[in-house]
Amino acid sequence: MTEEEVALAVKDIIQTVAPDEDVSGLDPDVRLREQIDLDSMDFLDIVMELRKLYGVQVPEEDYKELATLDGCVRYLHPKLTSKSLHCAANA
Amino acid sequence: MDAIVIGAGMSGLAAALRLALHGKSVTLLERHSLWGGLNSFYTLRGRAYDVGLHALTNYVRPGTRGAPLTRLLRALRIRHEELCLVEQNGSEIVFPGARLAFDNAPARLAAEVERAFPGQGEGFARLSEWVRAFEVREDREPPPSARAVLAEHLSEPLLREMLLLPVLFYGSAREHDTDGQTFAILFRALYLEGLARPDGGIRTLLNLLVKRVKQAGVELRLSTGVRRILVERGRVQGVELDSGEVLSASIVFSSAGWVETLRLAGQSVPRADHGRISFLESIWVLDRPAHALGHRAATTFFSLDERPAYRSPRELVDPRSGVLSSADNFGPVHVGRAEARGELRVSVLASHGAWCALSADDYAVAKERAADAAAAAAVAVTADFRPHRVDRDVFTPSTIERFTGHAGGAVYGSPRKHLDGTSGIDGLVLIGTDQGYLGVIGALVSGVTMANRHVLASERSGAAEAFA
Repeated sequence: MTEEEVALAVKDIIQTVAPDEDVSGLDPDVRLREQIDLDSMDFLDIVMELRKLYGVQVPEEDYKELATLDGCVRYLHPKLTSKSLHCAANA
Repeated sequence: MDAIVIGAGMSGLAAALRLALHGKSVTLLERHSLWGGLNSFYTLRGRAYDVGLHALTNYVRPGTRGAPLTRLLRALRIRHEELCLVEQNGSEIVFPGARLAFDNAPARLAAEVERAFPGQGEGFARLSEWVRAFEVREDREPPPSARAVLAEHLSEPLLREMLLLPVLFYGSAREHDTDGQTFAILFRALYLEGLARPDGGIRTLLNLLVKRVKQAGVELRLSTGVRRILVERGRVQGVELDSGEVLSASIVFSSAGWVETLRLAGQSVPRADHGRISFLESIWVLDRPAHALGHRAATTFFSLDERPAYRSPRELVDPRSGVLSSADNFGPVHVGRAEARGELRVSVLASHGAWCALSADDYAVAKERAADAAAAAAVAVTADFRPHRVDRDVFTPSTIERFTGHAGGAVYGSPRKHLDGTSGIDGLVLIGTDQGYLGVIGALVSGVTMANRHVLASERSGAAEAFA
C-alpha cells in the first residue's frame, strides 16, 4: 500500500465504525476526536478492524500515534507496505 | 465459545452483535421460535401485530452528538436511515380538566406547561436542566423518589402527577413512584428527545438486528430453552439446555430477568424483588386510520382521576388510567386514504394474580370484558373508535408471562436493578430490563454497555488515554 492507500484504508475503517459520519473531508493533521464524535470504545473498534483486515497488532502504548489521520498514516504505512487495500465498508 | 447470551430480545441481540463485531464467538439462545422478547411481533387471522408500546423513545436526528441513539447506532454499526424512523405527530397527557401536548421539540411541552399551569414554566425549565445534567452513576444511590424530585421543582400537584404518569407507564417496575435515575432517563427519553417508530413496525428493527447478528457470525438458536445455568464455586461454567445438551462458556449474559436468572442458577431471591407491574393490552384494528376518527396523538397518557394509582390492581384491571397508542399517528397523514386500516392500542394496569386465578372458560370471557372496560375509559378522553372495529386482539399478564418468561408477567421486571450487570455469580451478567435501562433503545444500550464492560473493556484503558 502507498501512503495514499493507507489513508484510504483508515478512512474506510472509520466509516465502518461510524457509518453516519462523513469521512471525506477529514483534516489530516487535526485530532480525529475533534472532527468526529468518537469515544474510546470506537477507537478500540478501529484498532480491532486493523487487526481483522490487515493483521496489524497495535500495542496499547502506541495508541497515541493514531490520534490524527496523518499520525495513522505515519505509524501504519511501514506495517502495511506489503498489504493490499481492503474495503471494510463494502465487506 | 467465548460467550453465551440467553434471550434474543433487544438486549440479547445487541450484546451478541457487539461481541461478534469484536471477533468473539457467541451463541444466542432463544426459548421461543421467534426473536424479540418483550418487543416482538406476531400474525393473527392474517394481520400483523406488534407487541409493546411500539414507539422508540430517545429519537434524535442523524448525527446528533452524544445522544444515546447516536452512540448506540455507532456501537452496532447501523446507519440511522436503516431504522426507517418516522417521527411522531405529537402526543398528549390528559387528566381531568387539563391537557398537555408534547412532541419531539422540547420547547412545545415547556410552552404547554406554562399555558396550562401559569407560573410553573420556570420550575419546569429548572427540572429539564436537572434531567439534562443528570449522570448515570453506579457508585452512588440515585435520588430515591421521582415524586420528591418533582416536588422540588413544581408546586402544582396536578402538573406533577401529569408529568409522572407517562414516566411510570413507560418503564417503572416500582409501584406508585420510581427512583430519580429512572425518572431522569425516561423524562429525557420522552420529553427532551422524543418518539419515533420504524416504518413497518418493530419487525423492521428486529429483522435488521437478526440479519446483522447472523452476518457477524453469531450462532442464533431458536426454540432452545435453558434449563439451568451451571455454576461451580461461585463461577459460571455454562448452561444446560432443555434438551440436556451442555454448552460451556466463561461468560453468560442473561436477559431472563433478575429473579428468573437466579432461579436458573439454583438460587432464590426475596419476594420484594419480584416485579408486580403488568398490563392488559388490547389492539384494535379499525376500518380507517385513527386520525380519520379525530384521534391524532401518537401516544395518549390518560387518567380519569387527579391522582392515578400506578400499582398492580386488586381487580383484574384498573381502567382508570392507561396509554393509548396508534401507529397511524407517526409521519405524514395522507388525507383521502380512507380505505386504509387503522390501529389503536389500549394498555391498562392488570393484576397477574387475578388473571391466573381464573378458569379457562372465565378467562376468555374476562379478557373480552376487561378490554371493553379499558375502551370505555379510553373514549372518555378521545373519539369513540369502538364502532370502527374490524378486529381486536387482547393479551393479559398470563400471556406476557407465557411468551416472555418474565415471572408474574412483570413487563418492567424487578424493582431491584443491577446497573453494573453483576449478579453475585462471577461471569454471569444481567442485561435488559433488570440491568436497568428502559424501553427499546434502553434495552439495546444495555446489551452494548454490558458487552463493552464485561468483555471488551479489558482492552480499553490505553484507548481512553490516547483518545481523550
